[in-house]
Amino acid sequence: MEKLIEILTDLHPDVDFATEEGLVDNGILDSLDIVTLITEINDKFDVSIPAEEIIPENFNSAAALMALIERLDEE
Amino acid sequence: MSFASISFIIFLGATLLLYYLVPKRAQWWVLLAASYIFYFAAGSWYLPFIVFTTLSSYAIARLMANNSRRESAYIAENRENMDKDARKAYKAGQKKKRFHILLVGIVLNFGILAVLKYTGFALHNVNALIGVFGGVKLGIPSLILPLGISFYTFQTMGYLIDVYRGKTEAEKNPFRLALFVSFFPQLVQGPISRHSDLASQLYAPHKAEWGNIVPGMIRICWGFFKKLVVADTVMIVIKEIISDTGKYGGAYVLFLIIAYSVEIYADFTGGIDITIGIGEAMGIKIAENFNRPFASTSTKEYWNRWHITMGSWFTDYIFYPLSITKSMQKLSKWSRAHLGNAVGKRVPVYTATIITWFLTGLWHGASWNFIVWGLLNCLVILISQECQPLYNKLNKRFPRLTKSAFWTLYLRAQTFMLMGTIRILDVYRNVPVTFKMLGSIFYDGRGWQSFLSGGMLSLGLDISAFIVVAVGILLMLAVSEISSRGDRPLKNRLADKPLAAFGCMAVLIFAILIFGSYGIGFDASQFIYTQF
Repeated sequence: MEKLIEILTDLHPDVDFATEEGLVDNGILDSLDIVTLITEINDKFDVSIPAEEIIPENFNSAAALMALIERLDEE
Repeated sequence: MSFASISFIIFLGATLLLYYLVPKRAQWWVLLAASYIFYFAAGSWYLPFIVFTTLSSYAIARLMANNSRRESAYIAENRENMDKDARKAYKAGQKKKRFHILLVGIVLNFGILAVLKYTGFALHNVNALIGVFGGVKLGIPSLILPLGISFYTFQTMGYLIDVYRGKTEAEKNPFRLALFVSFFPQLVQGPISRHSDLASQLYAPHKAEWGNIVPGMIRICWGFFKKLVVADTVMIVIKEIISDTGKYGGAYVLFLIIAYSVEIYADFTGGIDITIGIGEAMGIKIAENFNRPFASTSTKEYWNRWHITMGSWFTDYIFYPLSITKSMQKLSKWSRAHLGNAVGKRVPVYTATIITWFLTGLWHGASWNFIVWGLLNCLVILISQECQPLYNKLNKRFPRLTKSAFWTLYLRAQTFMLMGTIRILDVYRNVPVTFKMLGSIFYDGRGWQSFLSGGMLSLGLDISAFIVVAVGILLMLAVSEISSRGDRPLKNRLADKPLAAFGCMAVLIFAILIFGSYGIGFDASQFIYTQF
């Protein structure tokens, strides 16, 4: 989780990613951020996030993103 | 049969009447028949193309669904004999098969669109090259371009990709898919709906309810008002300005930027109001395509508020898949290693953004002005992205100013003018001419002098017509502002009071009859987006 928070903070230093639960719904992450994020995650976590998983529910919070990474790793 | 015609009003009335008179389980058959009659009336030669798209997409989706079903059955049967890696490998193999099936569907349907819409453009460019290097120029065939082909092809391709991604079920009944592809209110200018949002509503039974029919009717009247009173009136001025680029430079071009923004807003949102209003009157909720676009304070925000369904289509089906492809990820890694982290991070995002905007431009039309329009939008978005740290600093340094209403108004005006300036590429339809005319704002003193000495009144509209347009604009602003407040749309609040609802409809119809296309001196024209 620490690694993920680090990636997110690098994108938006002013956001508290540990508590924020509306990253997409509240317009904090836009499509350009999401692609940057996916590139970083694929690189650092050695998973591959497919296009069909790019939905707000998976990107609204750090916890949701972590759950997605773990699920993809499991599958 | 244009929306803005008496024959369409009669057709719509008859369809609605029949829709609510037949048994509920047959309602969707009425919609299918009406959709095909509507399309046949638009052009009998269009029908084979939409039928081909429907049947080929039906077959492709069924093949993918059958493959998914077989995959699940195989895994269930062999779960005990397969370890995690074997399961993963089997699933990946099946997904690849489905992808190949999807690819056939994409090639077939985008192939038709490409051939019909872009052959002439491609050959013109080839001929231009032949002209430079010498040689025999190629003949340019005159091909039929079915009405709404860009819209229904994109909607159907969205369906196929969603079936591939497991986000929606493949239709078992080809006639149901035919209705999803051809649903007449949105066939010619969108919105581009998602199968998971629209399809089940199309086939569900719907009761005739006041709470649907009356707000739907109000929205239809409002759409006609915007189109026939505002858009078609402003169009007269626009036609005059672009008819003589020698005469109408300088201030006229600045005026054109504002006038065309008003026209396209009233025209496109008016058309969508009619579409959504028809859907609502039938108990069907069609996706919203606009969210007060001129209240945007940045280009990025504008594109989240204008033609929303097209924007989200390109984001979901082009931008995301493209930017996360393996080759793009490899390119990103290479760029990081050779050009540094800051550049490497931007490579996939920027490459995908440029391609997406190039395609968005091309989607609008087969000519360079649309491509340049798309790329200019892209440039503005990327520059804004790079300037974000600067904006953040400004917000921190001057918090009172940047949170003030004045600053918001300034940003809105800036976005409005910037988007309007890029948009006039669409009016002149010629890239060098557009840039020349934009330049004339700064050097054509004669144009300024002529405009300031009352030239505005020589553009085909008298003072009373300008007053009508001004009142129309104020009304649109007021309705947009009121609708953004409160938890229910204005038309639904009006529908609670029958007198207010019918009064509102009567006033709108009256205004259309007096000041709109049916009045003296006006002529109803096609909606701008039907040509895309």
